[in-house]
Amino acid sequence: MRAVQILVDGFAISSLYGLAAVGFTLIFGVSGVLNLAHGGIMVVAALIGWAAAAEFGLNSYAGTGLGILAGLATAYATYLIVVRPIQRSRAIRPEETEIFVLTGTLLWGIMIQVGMAYLFSDNPVTIRPLVAGVVNVLGVRTPANEILIAIIAWALIGLLWLLVNRTRTGKALLGASMNPRGVTLLGYELTRIYFIAWTIYGLLAGIAGVLLASFLGVGTANTGQLTASAFSIVVLGGLGSVSGSLIAAYVVGYLETMTAYLVAPTLRPIPALILLVLVVYVRPQGLLGRR
Amino acid sequence: MTILTGARRALLAGAVGAVGLFPFGALAQSGDTIKIGVIGEESAVAGASLTKAAVMAADEINAKGGLNGRKVEIITYDDHSSAADAVRAFQRAVSQDKVVAVIASYISEVVLAIEPWSARLHMPFITPGAASNLISKAVHDDYDHYKYTFHGWLTSAFIAQAVCDYAKDEFVGPRHMTTAVVMSEDAAWTKPLDEAYLECLPKIGLKVLDHIRFNPDTSDFTPIFHQIEDAHPDVIVTGISHVGVQPTVQWHDQQVPIPMVGQSSQATTSTFWKDTNGAAEGVITDTAAAPGVALTPSTVPFVTEYEKKFGVTPSYTGYASFDMVHVIAEAIERAGGSTDPDKLVIALEATDHLGTMGRIQFYGRDNLYTHAMKYGPGLVTTIAIQWQDGKQMCVWPRDKANSKIAFPSFIKLHASAN
Repeated sequence: MRAVQILVDGFAISSLYGLAAVGFTLIFGVSGVLNLAHGGIMVVAALIGWAAAAEFGLNSYAGTGLGILAGLATAYATYLIVVRPIQRSRAIRPEETEIFVLTGTLLWGIMIQVGMAYLFSDNPVTIRPLVAGVVNVLGVRTPANEILIAIIAWALIGLLWLLVNRTRTGKALLGASMNPRGVTLLGYELTRIYFIAWTIYGLLAGIAGVLLASFLGVGTANTGQLTASAFSIVVLGGLGSVSGSLIAAYVVGYLETMTAYLVAPTLRPIPALILLVLVVYVRPQGLLGRR
Repeated sequence: MTILTGARRALLAGAVGAVGLFPFGALAQSGDTIKIGVIGEESAVAGASLTKAAVMAADEINAKGGLNGRKVEIITYDDHSSAADAVRAFQRAVSQDKVVAVIASYISEVVLAIEPWSARLHMPFITPGAASNLISKAVHDDYDHYKYTFHGWLTSAFIAQAVCDYAKDEFVGPRHMTTAVVMSEDAAWTKPLDEAYLECLPKIGLKVLDHIRFNPDTSDFTPIFHQIEDAHPDVIVTGISHVGVQPTVQWHDQQVPIPMVGQSSQATTSTFWKDTNGAAEGVITDTAAAPGVALTPSTVPFVTEYEKKFGVTPSYTGYASFDMVHVIAEAIERAGGSTDPDKLVIALEATDHLGTMGRIQFYGRDNLYTHAMKYGPGLVTTIAIQWQDGKQMCVWPRDKANSKIAFPSFIKLHASAN
């Protein structure tokens, strides 16, 4: 019984981790950006989605849609206000760009967190589940919404796979992650490719934010932890590797769930972090990393 | 909390050009003004009521001609739920803004950090929301040093007592419940709370089957609810304040079939319904007072006015903060208009104020909880409210109740219950 509970609960949370992390890793792969404002984008999506429904009376689908758009807008803002000016700055030496982007996005994330806390308080909020009620999965009472979230997450990941592997745009994205200069020689504009990557990322992070808000609830205080969990998953999976991130999402999700059930809920994040440190020692490129 | 009030607050913060410790109206230097510092937690649900209610109390006093003709001015600070920020605000209130007393914080950790400064700076200080027993224990153990601190909200021990009192009247008696699991966040205020729960629950006939303390950072409560269900208790007794929305929503979405009662501080304010999308239905919490419940003649007018002004009802700290401004004002009157700290302490000790929460008095020097607010019939007993159809209904004590306990359909009361 306990094993089934772990299996069912771990699956939903891992799928959501995966969804949030693939966008994060895509951005790194394509443009070399580690976006430490990641959690902030998810939180904005969740809070706007909640406010649209709870404060302005939109139905939960419209509210969720507005939340996703807010996530996308925040991703664009992150790129246009923080990342691009740093990347283009002549005052910053090229070899220092990445560390400036890291610092810039970290501070941006904190600004988002503090700003949202002022607007919405630091209390977590929840978006009304897209489907209500519970279903019995192998004897475990499971919210129907949890199952829907896993399905949506996998459908989106499938779509992303199709996009990357079956379309010209996707191949250009893939190309940019391997050899940016080569892609420009083939006639693609890197700016456009970056823009597409940030669009995909913004949508995925926004969707992950609203889904998480309908599953566990999200508040501004979660910003740092959401960034940290995406970061850990991506490092564990191998920076820039989408499939590595997916595997890592399940490793982390199940490790956390097992710890919560079998050891103590309070210790939930610890073993995954220990694993992360071990990976950095033993296999710094991560599970499927190229670098 | 509505977006509008939040946005206004953000604009205000921007306008004064400071993120934290900016005293509103600090420039108004007047020998005729009595200044009271109020340190709140503006971005926390429970802490945001604190400053708003204090300003309302001062407005009320000033509208009636002030304190012997002197205007009462509230100087507000935001400590961002940080003990370090709170101590800085306290120091500033004393040394720069020249306040005569400070009302601060609903967080025990923050209050315990301010308490030594209240002693060092000889500054009368009242918390309208923290609960740890250690606050008044310090006053008891070293009175001469710590006598400037007063506890204007119930200690954890009394909150647990109140929960046990209503659990006995409502669950053990009429619903024949016999077992419970205690579920509390790991924080300073819940240590004495849990100790008192573990002592008083068995006494009223509820055997404690499990005692779970969880990290306030917990976001997924599923394993905790499964662990509780495995123990098959009749009721979950909570001690939660820093968390609230997430366990409540997950309890509802997962349809955990066991009632959740106890102290759930966030559930004391009306924003909780929206924050949880109505998952709060059926949750029972102990609180100071509630809309529409006339504990005293001043309860309903205060709630009505607060709701009119801010669009939400006050959390429990709002009632306490409102009352404590009046308590300080009356103490100054009793001290013959003096704001000398030692005279003010003596006057505060003689407090007998009929506030929004009930009749307020403080325990004396001999009591284990020196300067804590007295608990008991005829004084402050708190009430139990249950969320029903988006409203906070009073379900205990019976003579104040405006509704009967009713649970959502997924709650399956124990087979032996009726």
